Amino acid sequence: MRLEIKKTYKLFIGGKFPRSESGRIYKVNNHKGDFLANIAKASRKDVRDSVVVARSAQAGWQAASAYNRGQVLYRIAEMLEGRREQFVAEIRELTGKSEKQANQEVDNAIDSWVWHAGWTDKIESVAGNMNPVAGPFFNISTNQPTGVVAAFAPQDSSLAGLVNTIAPVIVSGNSVVVVTSEAFPLSAITFAEVLETSDLPGGVVNILTGNAKELGSWLAAHMDVNAIDLEGTSNAAELEMLAAENLKRVVRPGLYPRTAAKGSLQQILDFMELKTVWHPKGN
Amino acid sequence: MFDYAPAPESRDLVKFQESYGHFIGGKFTKPSNTYGTINPATEQTLAQISHGTAKDVDAAVKAARSAYEKTWSKLDGATRGKYLYRIARIIQERSRELAVAETLNNGKPIKETRDADIPLAASWFFYYAGWADKLDYAGLGANPMAHGVAAQVVPWNFPLMMLAWKIAPALAAGNTVVLKPAETTPLSALLFAEICQQAELPEGVVNIVTGFGDTGAALIDHGDINKVAFTGSTNVGRIIAKQIAGTNKKATLELGGKAANIVFEDAALDQAVEGIVNGIFFNQGHVCCAGSRLLVQESVQDVLIKKLKARMENIRLGDPMDKNTDIGAINSKAQLTKIDRLVKQGVKEGGERWAPACAMPKNGFWFAPTIITGVAPTNTVAREEIFGPVLSVMTFRTPAEAVAKANNSQYGLSAGVWTEKGSRILKMADQLNAGVVWANTYNQFDPASPFGGFKESGYGREGGRHGLLSYLKGSN
Repeated sequence: MRLEIKKTYKLFIGGKFPRSESGRIYKVNNHKGDFLANIAKASRKDVRDSVVVARSAQAGWQAASAYNRGQVLYRIAEMLEGRREQFVAEIRELTGKSEKQANQEVDNAIDSWVWHAGWTDKIESVAGNMNPVAGPFFNISTNQPTGVVAAFAPQDSSLAGLVNTIAPVIVSGNSVVVVTSEAFPLSAITFAEVLETSDLPGGVVNILTGNAKELGSWLAAHMDVNAIDLEGTSNAAELEMLAAENLKRVVRPGLYPRTAAKGSLQQILDFMELKTVWHPKGN
Repeated sequence: MFDYAPAPESRDLVKFQESYGHFIGGKFTKPSNTYGTINPATEQTLAQISHGTAKDVDAAVKAARSAYEKTWSKLDGATRGKYLYRIARIIQERSRELAVAETLNNGKPIKETRDADIPLAASWFFYYAGWADKLDYAGLGANPMAHGVAAQVVPWNFPLMMLAWKIAPALAAGNTVVLKPAETTPLSALLFAEICQQAELPEGVVNIVTGFGDTGAALIDHGDINKVAFTGSTNVGRIIAKQIAGTNKKATLELGGKAANIVFEDAALDQAVEGIVNGIFFNQGHVCCAGSRLLVQESVQDVLIKKLKARMENIRLGDPMDKNTDIGAINSKAQLTKIDRLVKQGVKEGGERWAPACAMPKNGFWFAPTIITGVAPTNTVAREEIFGPVLSVMTFRTPAEAVAKANNSQYGLSAGVWTEKGSRILKMADQLNAGVVWANTYNQFDPASPFGGFKESGYGREGGRHGLLSYLKGSN
């Protein structure tokens, strides 16, 4: 009999897979209550490191053409599809979902990813404006990514919730530091491997496993984070207070569905800034 | 040499009452708990104003809630729009009176209230009137809904214009409002209450509660408001964001700024000088989007500063009611003290202060147009919003350095770019982290054009379709 090789589950920061700087782990059991894996328990230092790499990766990702970002995101969907059996198995093992239910979740995750990928070069057609001002001016409003976003994926979803939290943030050119579901982190690590084998620049998506309540305050209070998605938090009001210190854009929990096969344009726009440019017309 | 003869606008165009109550449920309450509001150019008292209490705020919110449920939300959009058109027309009809009232209470030059504040207020109502029956096209799908009761707190720098920016989209979207004007400039809002009566706006749709910061805080804290809209300082914006944390209240915050006005060596320098002057000395520099940091390319620094100083020698500071006045009074003693403190700090930190010789009126609050050169990026006057007629001058060598310096700020409200090279304008506009970029112009505003900031300059937009969205939600 051959002994199976088990995976060491680690964080995903700057395109690399480090252990938590703190050396901490937590145990995750399968749906029957048996030991499944030791998961890295991210710390304050991991949060800070993630924000630093997210900031340095953001400008380049924003500067990539919308067509290029669309293709990179579409390739992620291709990689997801290729790994679907692994996702289904992990979801079933962890949550006890039926094969059909687990397949549905993976279908939704992949389809929503494709839905988002297609938005990169269409947001402006729908949400930008040429403004008919009263004076002799060329006047246009366009949306730009807000910068570095902190996000908390829903606690009750393995993959679809994670996808519908990350995709609306990065589609426009933001980078993200996302804290996964604490109980269902396996799909998130596998998803990180998907990202690593796509062409997404390192640091655009950073994935931290651990306790949302512990990591929440560090992210909400971080002065180099521009926006925060509080979906997967249990102390949203407290974190919103901390986020006010540098007037982060805040997405409160429960605003958007997170497990469907498509997302919401409004959710994408919540992580964007409208910029209006004026220039005189004349000879 | 020629000189200007005095050309004062008539003070008699406006008659204030001796004292004012709040405007709640379509009627003025009996004045109570009053304080004097003054003309900052003369320090004379213009009227007694009621300092609103939590009880007054509660009465106003109740009136707004009742109006929302009983009348305003039941009206069709076309009818709501007609009320807004009426208001726009009455503002136009009463524009001279409103301009004089605003200048008397704010201290800004009559040519600005006459040509900017009041016409823009009217145009804001006219623009949003047309949206009221077209909400299905706002971008939220069919049948979008109003939030309900909007709590709106406006600043003293553009009292009536800020009121219009807040009230017009709120009503068009179907909300009712309780608005608190700034404590130093309540009079145009109280005249606006009369305009609502003349327009026969249903009672309670617009409520005005006057008072100080505690009045505003009570309004934001009220349990029965659904939407908060605030224009003012970043510090107060932060407090409001904390106040509403964990509630369902939505917020639009339009806060401070420290805009870079960037002049390249190939710019039309004389035009740029006009833009710099307009950018920082318009409205005594009491403008959140003022171009308060001049970034000039090193190669043209000397010639530009020379031209700028020559232009500043011709700026006319004095009686705001005089039609030839460029710079009027600072709005309050407190603001004057703050400007003075920050400028002294900037000099202490190595800046060199220059202002043209200009005679200051004896009474009132005045500050000469001032530039501070030799300013390091770490200098207080390069970082903090002064909100006065004070320009900090810095230099750069390359476009990349200009972008880095411009974006090196907690704020991100606006920016200016001066160059004759089109491709450079477009790239700069892409890279500047600011909600409004004015290229070869400055301080332009229009109801069709969204305005608002990045970063600590706040969130949400005012103006255009995006400004309407701030007052709507998708239907479930």
